[in-house]
Amino acid sequence: MRINARAIAKGTAEGEAMVSKDAISFFGGVDPKTGIVIDKGHALEGKCIAGKVLVFPRGKGSTVGSYVLLQLAKNNCAPCAIINEEAEPIIVVGAIIARIPMVDKLEGGAYAKIKDGMRVSVDGTKGTAELNE
Amino acid sequence: MAVNKFEQGRIPVEFMQLTNDQQLMLNGECGEAARQSMEILAALGKIYGAKDMVSITSAQVAGVSYKTIGEAGLEYLQDFAAAGACVRIPTFLNPAGMDREQWQKLKVPAAFAKKQLEILSAFSKMGISSTCTCTPYLVGIRPKLGEHIAWSESSAISFANSVLGARTNREGGPSALAAAVCGCTPNYGLHLDENRIANLLVKVETPLKGTSDFGAMGAFVGEAAKGKTPAFVGVKAASEDRLKSLGASMAAWGSTAIYFMKGVTPEWNVVKGAEELTFGAAELAATREKMGGEGKPDIIAIGCPHASLQEIEEVAARVRGKKLQTKLWVCTARQTLEAADNAGFTREIEQAGGNVVADTCMVVCPLEEMGMAHAACNSGKAAKYLTNMFKKKVVYGDVEDIICE
Repeated sequence: MRINARAIAKGTAEGEAMVSKDAISFFGGVDPKTGIVIDKGHALEGKCIAGKVLVFPRGKGSTVGSYVLLQLAKNNCAPCAIINEEAEPIIVVGAIIARIPMVDKLEGGAYAKIKDGMRVSVDGTKGTAELNE
Repeated sequence: MAVNKFEQGRIPVEFMQLTNDQQLMLNGECGEAARQSMEILAALGKIYGAKDMVSITSAQVAGVSYKTIGEAGLEYLQDFAAAGACVRIPTFLNPAGMDREQWQKLKVPAAFAKKQLEILSAFSKMGISSTCTCTPYLVGIRPKLGEHIAWSESSAISFANSVLGARTNREGGPSALAAAVCGCTPNYGLHLDENRIANLLVKVETPLKGTSDFGAMGAFVGEAAKGKTPAFVGVKAASEDRLKSLGASMAAWGSTAIYFMKGVTPEWNVVKGAEELTFGAAELAATREKMGGEGKPDIIAIGCPHASLQEIEEVAARVRGKKLQTKLWVCTARQTLEAADNAGFTREIEQAGGNVVADTCMVVCPLEEMGMAHAACNSGKAAKYLTNMFKKKVVYGDVEDIICE
């Protein structure tokens, strides 16, 4: 099922969804060398975000988080795409400089329907997401 | 589910109106760095609902200290410089992690210094001024009433919006840098008249005796404002140095980016029926009690935001002919340091055992790595950050209270 969304960072990617109920601070929250979430008590603590379609409500924390997304990409540990409930500047800037396709504001409440392990494709140029259950 | 609307076409996405010049940048015809920068600005404009871009006259970029941005920031800046990034408008840096000339004398670790110099070199390749200060308005960059700018140091944003009446949002380091490369910023928020309106009337009913009282009032109002825009009445003796301290403190303890003060700021717009807040003697005393701790500090830190020449003169007068037992730093902009050198203030402070330090400050310099664990300061902003850094309340007061040997 294909869903309209707001296009934020261009490019297309397809991968397995990893859903976080918590906002993510990339600075101090994700190890840039491995892509493993190191934020204590975070919903994704200990999980590796590399190659996933990362689905989380929004970014938080230091604006240095944008640069951490670029480091992750250079270390081949970045998510392949990002879906946010509502985009904020840290993740927007990070996705653009790291060239990670990104959309937000999925239509029709589709954000809540994305489940861990679902195949998801994201088109950050056109602004669509496709969920394959 | 609303997805069946898909067949009827895409949801309308509001696109920003770009000028030809801006469109060329977005298309990549002005190089990769300009393309990426315009892509960032357009995306930010989209999420904030800006209709177009507004030209800016200066930019000020935060995220300069290696302590703050680390390896991630250094790599990005080097990549960005290598991609041909070049600023179009006068652009200044926030304080770095060290004084670039005196770092050895001040015992900054060499490994840190090497990384810091690499960061400054990357910025320099982009054509950015080597002035690292949170007070560009004290060293000649004084935007005028109504002028649009893109600054990212919270205290400078407050001063520019409030005291000068210039217009800037709270930019992050990367968005200010993108704005500097493109010469424009998305037109939303505090760039627009309708958002420059106060909705919290602060009645000041106590005399404020010095910088530290203004900092305490900033801490109180910053926390109480909870995102509202304050307008002050009843403030007397509001010198520029004191306003600088007030705005810095409000931004650090809350998120205030603009305030008005009756008879002082060039703009005064208060919504009818604004919520009221009283700041009297009781509030002042309780806030000072909350901010200040005790004990013997390892460092007395003056100059947050960066000291003006008058503030350096005040410290020089205080220490003249003395030998201090405690380390004293007066942090300032390079140009102000040079003026203090010429006026003889630096020599007087150094003879007493203190230092006048440029390019950096107590908040972004690796003080813990330099063996310090307790500080005294006269700044509400520094009180907040140094207390967090050392997990110990600062000794808080005016210059004459904290330099008392």
